[in-house]
Amino acid sequence: MLAGCGGSQNTLNPHSHQSADIANLFWVMMAVSFGGLALITGLLVFAWVRRGRRGLGGDAEDPHPGEKLSWFVVVGMGVVFPLMVIVALFIVGDWAIVKVTQAPAASSTDLTVEAIGHQWYWEFRYPGTKAVTADEMHIPVGTRINLVAKTADVIHSFWVPELNRKIDTIPGQENRILLYANKVGVYRGQCAEFCGLQHAHMGMLVFVQPKAQFQTWLKKQAAPAAKPASPAARRGERAFLGGSGSCSSCHAIRGTPARGFVGPDLTHLASRTTLAGLTIPNTRGYLARWITDSQHFKPGNDMPNFHLTDGELQSLVKYLEGLK
Amino acid sequence: MWQSRPGVLGWVMTTDHKRIGLLYFWTTLVLFAAGGAEALLMRTQLARPNQHVVGPATYDELFTMHGLTMIFFFIIPMTTGAFGNYLLPLMVGARDMAFPRMNALSYWVFLASGIFVYTSLFIGQAPNAGWFDYVPLANVKFDPGHAIDFYCLGIIFNGISSSLTAGNFIVTILKMRTPGMSFNRMPLFCFAFLAASWGLLFALPSLTADTLFLFLDRNIGTHFFDVAKGGSTLLWQHLFWIFGHPEVYILIVPAFGIATEIIPAFTQRRVVAFPLVAVAELLVVFIGFGVWAHHMFATGMPTVTVVFFAAATGVVVIPSTIQVFAWCMTFITGNARFKTPLLFIAGFIFMFVAGGLTGIMFLAVPFDQQVTDTYFVIAHFHYIIFGAAVFPIFGGMYFWFPKVTGRLYYELPGQISFWIIFVGTNLLFFPMHIVGLEGMPRRNYTYPGGLGWGTSNLLETIGSYLTTIGIIVLIVNLVVSYFRGAVAGPDPWHGATLEWTISSPPPEYNFAVLPKVSSAYPNWDYEDRAEDRRKLAEGVMVLEQGHEQPVSSPIDGWWAEIVEMPHDSPWPILLALAMSICFVLLLLHLWMGFCFALAGIVLVLLGWHGEEPQESVA
Repeated sequence: MLAGCGGSQNTLNPHSHQSADIANLFWVMMAVSFGGLALITGLLVFAWVRRGRRGLGGDAEDPHPGEKLSWFVVVGMGVVFPLMVIVALFIVGDWAIVKVTQAPAASSTDLTVEAIGHQWYWEFRYPGTKAVTADEMHIPVGTRINLVAKTADVIHSFWVPELNRKIDTIPGQENRILLYANKVGVYRGQCAEFCGLQHAHMGMLVFVQPKAQFQTWLKKQAAPAAKPASPAARRGERAFLGGSGSCSSCHAIRGTPARGFVGPDLTHLASRTTLAGLTIPNTRGYLARWITDSQHFKPGNDMPNFHLTDGELQSLVKYLEGLK
Repeated sequence: MWQSRPGVLGWVMTTDHKRIGLLYFWTTLVLFAAGGAEALLMRTQLARPNQHVVGPATYDELFTMHGLTMIFFFIIPMTTGAFGNYLLPLMVGARDMAFPRMNALSYWVFLASGIFVYTSLFIGQAPNAGWFDYVPLANVKFDPGHAIDFYCLGIIFNGISSSLTAGNFIVTILKMRTPGMSFNRMPLFCFAFLAASWGLLFALPSLTADTLFLFLDRNIGTHFFDVAKGGSTLLWQHLFWIFGHPEVYILIVPAFGIATEIIPAFTQRRVVAFPLVAVAELLVVFIGFGVWAHHMFATGMPTVTVVFFAAATGVVVIPSTIQVFAWCMTFITGNARFKTPLLFIAGFIFMFVAGGLTGIMFLAVPFDQQVTDTYFVIAHFHYIIFGAAVFPIFGGMYFWFPKVTGRLYYELPGQISFWIIFVGTNLLFFPMHIVGLEGMPRRNYTYPGGLGWGTSNLLETIGSYLTTIGIIVLIVNLVVSYFRGAVAGPDPWHGATLEWTISSPPPEYNFAVLPKVSSAYPNWDYEDRAEDRRKLAEGVMVLEQGHEQPVSSPIDGWWAEIVEMPHDSPWPILLALAMSICFVLLLLHLWMGFCFALAGIVLVLLGWHGEEPQESVA
C-alpha cells in the first residue's frame, strides 16, 4: 500500500556510527558463528562418514574408547575456547560499543526531541518551541540529539534501526537515547514492542535535513495553523471545529479552538507525506477515504468512520490540505 | 504382583506412571496440533505483504495462544508429563513414582487447565496480549473482558500441575532409585529431569505471583502494576522473566536428557566426560536463574545493570558448550548407527548450536537492543525451542516407541520424516534471521511491501507447510507401526538403561526382580543382568507379594525403608474437578461460590486421606 514512501529500516544499512558499530559487530559475530556451526557440523559429518566402524581411539575391550582425547576436547573446546570468545565479545560489545550507543550524557547534545508513543501513532515534540507533529520527525544532519522516549498509554518501543538501537517507552519512566545521522535522507522506524491491535501500523519516518533547512522547518511547525483561504476551506474549518463528536474533540489544531488530544496534532498536516502511522500516503484521495473509512485501513483505531455528504467531505479535505 | 483395573474406569482411576504418561502423551499431542494450526494460520497470513487471511484481533489471539500452548501445554507436559512419567521410574528401577496419586492429580489438573484455556478460544475471549503479556496493555484499561483473566487463571492452574509433577520427580529421583543405584550410577536422563524439576519448582512461584497480581489488579482494583497509583510496570517484566528465562532451560534440559539416552544406544558408547555432563545439566538450570533481565535490555535499565546481566548470559553458555562437545565426541569415539532417533539427535545438535550461537550474540548489549523484538529473536528461540526441545521429543518418540508399544516403527519412512522436518524447519526459521535484521518487528499482523521482507516471509511459510508434512509422516508412521510393526522384543536397540531389561510394553509393576545396578549403563553390565535372570528363574524375589516399593537413601541409594504404594483411586480426578470449579467461579467473579467450592476441595482432600493404602498381603 505504501511501497514508495521512502526510507528503509535495515539494521545492516547503517547511517550513524551507532548503527555502523552494531552492524560491524554483527558481521564479525556472524563470521565466527558460521565457523562454530561448521565445526560442529563437521564433527557430526565425520561421525556419519565413519558410521558402522569402531569408534576412534579404542580397542574392542575398552568400554570408554578415546575417553582421554574426549576430555581434552570437551574441556578445551567446551570451556576454555568459548570463555575466550565470550570475554572478547564482552569487551567489544559491552564496554566499547555500549559507550557509543547508550543514552547521551546530559548537556552533550544540541537538541532535544520528545517521542511520545500513542496507540497507534508517534507524537513528536520539540521542547523550547511549540512545534508538535506526528509520525514524521525532522532532525538536522550531523547533530547529537537527545531523544526522550515517553508513552501516553502502553509500552511502545522507539526504533529507527539505521540510526541507533531501540528504546522502550515505559509508563512513568523517561527513557533517553542518542539519535545521530551522518547523512541527509529519510529513515524508516517502527514501534517494536507489541502495543495492541494496530501495532503493525505504527511506523515513523525520520527526515534528516541540512541544518538551515531543519531550522526553517521547525519554525514553520512551531507557528499556528494557516487560516483557511477559500470559502470551501472555511466551511471545512467550521465542520472540523463543529460541536461534540466533531474532529476537534480528538484532534488539536494550534491557532484554533481545537484542543483534542486523542489523535495526532493536525496543525501542519499538509506538510506530512503520510497518514496514520505510515499506513497510507497523504494524498487528497487517501485523506478523504481515511475520514470516511479509517477502519478499513487500520481496523480498531480510535477514529470512527464519518458519514459525510460529498460536499462536507470535499470542504473538510480542502481545509486540511491548506494546513501547510 | 498387581494388575491394572480393566476398562475406562481403569484409566480414569489409574495411578500407574506408565498409563499417566500415555494420557499426557495423547493430550499434549492434541494440544500440539492446536498450537501448530495456530502457527500455520499466522504463516499463511504473513506469506505475502498486506494480506487479510485473518484480522488483527484474531492474529493477536493466534500468537498468544501459540506461545502459551507450545510452552505450557505441549513441551513441558510432553517432556516432563509424558517422557518423564513413563521413563523415570523405569530408569531408576522403581515400580512407580514416589506419589502415584499426586501424579494422577497433576495429569487431571493439566487436562482441566488445557480445557479451561482453550474454552476462551471457543467463546471468542482468547488471551491476546502475547505470551509474556506485558502490562499495561494486559491490564483492564486496555484489555477489558475475560481474555487476560483466562490467561492469569489458566497459567496458575497449569502451574499447579507442573509443580506437582516437579516435586514428584525430585522425590522419585532422590528416593525411589533401586537399592544399589548410588548418585554416580544414575543415568544422565535422570540428572536432566532432576535439574528441570528443581527449575520448575523455583521458577513457577514468580510467575504465579505475577499472574495473581495481574488478576487482582484487573478484578479487585489493586495497583501492583499501576504507575499512577505507585505500582510498577517493570515489576511485571521482572517477575515474568525470573520465571521466563529458567523456563527456557526447563524446556530444553529434559530434551538434553533424551539425547543423552539416545546417543549411547546408537553409538554403543557411554557418554564421554560423564561427570562433567551431569554437572553441566544441573548448572545450566542454576545459572539460568541469573540472566532474566537480558529479556529487558531495551527497557532503559541503567547500563551497569544491563552489563551485569550480559556477563551472566555469557557464563550460561559454558555448560551448554560442554554438553555439545561431549555429545559430538561420543558420536566420534563410538560406533554411530544413524537410525531415525539418532538422526533427530544429530539434527537437534545442529539446531541447538545454530540457536545457541545467535543466543551468544545477545550478550553484546547494543546488538541485543538493536534486534530484540524483531524476527531475529523469533528465529533464535525457535531454533532453540523447535530445534533443541522438539527434535529430541520426536527422536524420543521413535526411540521408545518399541518399548511402549512392543512394536518396531518403519525405518525408511522414519528417516524420510526426519529429513522433511529438518529441511522444513530450517526453511521456516532461517529466513527469520534475515528479515529480522532487515527490520521486521515481531507480532505484526501484516507488513508493507517495499521493505524487502516479502521473499523471506514466503520462504518461511513454505517451510511451515513442509514441516507440517514431515510431522504428519512421523505420526502416520507411528500409527501404522502400532498396528502392523514387527514385534520389537525387550531390547531392539541394545539400549543402556534399565527400561530395556524388561518386556515391551513393561508390566504394571515394572520390575519383578529388583534390578542389580553397578553403573549408569546397567543394561550393558551383563553379569548383573544374568544375576537378575537367575533370581527370577529361581523365584528369589523381594517385595513380590504386595504393592510395595523400597525407598533408598538419596546419595548412596541403599535400602532405607519399604513403603506401601496406593492403589487406583478416584480422588485425583475428583480433586481436579473441584479445582476446575474453583477456577471457573473465580473467572466469573462468583466469590461466594468460590468459597463453597474451596470447601468442596477440603471435602475431597478428606476423602483422599481417608483412603490410605491398605494392601492385603495375600
